Amino acid sequence: MRLGLVIDLDVCVGCHACAVSCKQWNASGTTGALSDYQPYGAEPSGVWFNRIRHYEVGSYPNSKTVNFPMSCMHCEDADCVTVCPTGASYKRAEDGIVLIDQDKCMGCNYCSWACPYGARELDRSTGTMKKCTLCVDRIYDQNIPVEDRQPACVLTCPAHARMFGDFDDPNSEVSKVVREREGYMLLPELGYNPTNHYLPPRKHKPIPVEMGGEKPGLTGRLRQFVNRMVKR
Amino acid sequence: MHPAFSVIFFTVLSGAGFGLFALLYLADLFKLGGGMPGAHVFWTGVLAIVMVGVGLLSSTFHLANPRNAWRAFSRWRTSWLSREGVLSVAFYPFALVYLALYWLDLWPVVRHLSGALATLIAWMTIFSTAMIYASLKTIRQWNTPLVPAAYLSLGHFSGGMILLVVAMMARVDVMPYVLMSLFQLFVAAFVKAIYFYWITRVGAGSTINTATGFTRARVRLLDAGHTHGTFLTQEFGYRVQNRLALTLKALSMLLAFCLPLLLLGLALKQPSMALGLAALLSVFAGMIVERWLFFAEARHVVNLFHGAQRC
Repeated sequence: MRLGLVIDLDVCVGCHACAVSCKQWNASGTTGALSDYQPYGAEPSGVWFNRIRHYEVGSYPNSKTVNFPMSCMHCEDADCVTVCPTGASYKRAEDGIVLIDQDKCMGCNYCSWACPYGARELDRSTGTMKKCTLCVDRIYDQNIPVEDRQPACVLTCPAHARMFGDFDDPNSEVSKVVREREGYMLLPELGYNPTNHYLPPRKHKPIPVEMGGEKPGLTGRLRQFVNRMVKR
Repeated sequence: MHPAFSVIFFTVLSGAGFGLFALLYLADLFKLGGGMPGAHVFWTGVLAIVMVGVGLLSSTFHLANPRNAWRAFSRWRTSWLSREGVLSVAFYPFALVYLALYWLDLWPVVRHLSGALATLIAWMTIFSTAMIYASLKTIRQWNTPLVPAAYLSLGHFSGGMILLVVAMMARVDVMPYVLMSLFQLFVAAFVKAIYFYWITRVGAGSTINTATGFTRARVRLLDAGHTHGTFLTQEFGYRVQNRLALTLKALSMLLAFCLPLLLLGLALKQPSMALGLAALLSVFAGMIVERWLFFAEARHVVNLFHGAQRC
């Protein structure tokens, strides 16, 4: 098995609900509390497994806002695991989930240097590195209904922009949608072979936009003159 | 990258310590300058070991959870950081046996064998330290063979400067030591000059386009999604101003190489303690600046997601 996420950039509305739901679930999950620093103070900050950035792609008027959620990609060639000196970081053979053993981590930050996706964040209160667990404490839970055995971010997404599944199975929902919609990996040139894939926004005809700047005709000038004269 | 002082201090000090030990052993083996008195060799060896130890200790200061530091010896098969830890500890028994037998004046074969092994391990440790940085695909300014070349040459150059001062104190023929330092100065200066030249034109690499996958349009960050900085911005967001970097580059070249070249040139004619000490201080000041720049100029690819167009 090779479990991971597909994120549909066409429908993501950038509401940050996945990040909030992730934080809510994982704050009491296997990797313990996710510390917040000054949550109500002047400089709020803290540990998050999921972060959403917003980009403008293209130049106005042919531009589009793309909301871009990012969490751990659970890479096939995960350098964060290779470089870990203590053996705290590991990749599970059975499902490919990359995890950190909080009891072994010494907080050297080296894995976060090796990660190109910014998936790992140090928790200052415990002094250990933390990251997305793909809700490993949820997806195998026999006590919850089958349809709920998915990562919190996937369940909560109001736009259904996130899918969870097995990439080793060519007939799984995620494999099919990646095939059909030309799903791609981020930073493929670095060779980490990330499991998570992104679906590009669907192509639309550009919407014509009034750019202004054209000289008004005779009627236009007359209308402008009348508008100036008549007080409203 | 955020230039953490503990790591700068550690890499400079332990690099010089290992370089000093290696050169001390070789100088003693070949009786450079007629061979230094035993007491000088012994105490210089102790100094090298102390430098390595202090460096190692200071490197644990940047750990957020040092209780688990002992576990860092376990993954030497994959991790260069672990290899560095294992090798630097493995250095100790051989170095200590070498020095103890020197003190006791016993078993020359065992002494030389352990000295040679300690020297070999010292070289491997400097290499491992450099490979911690050079093995990262995420930072192009580090992902180059120039990094281990620079660490090895700078470690030996700075360690050799200490040995030169010791040789001046020991009143042996210092000419070979001055020449050795001059040779190492040129090697280190060339490696560093090539590195400084190379990182200004590292060529095509990851861009904001390959990071987001939109390779056929201009991509611009609208919102990083956090209100007041994150671990990622603190650790990787540091960016040194171009003008400051240029000034510091010039300063490091001046302090680490130009000024010592002048002082060593004078020492060729008229060797004196003051010249050696001045050159030594200048080299270490230059090394600190050089190591600060090494970290400050490194650009991690995660910055692409925070709006950098290229890294």
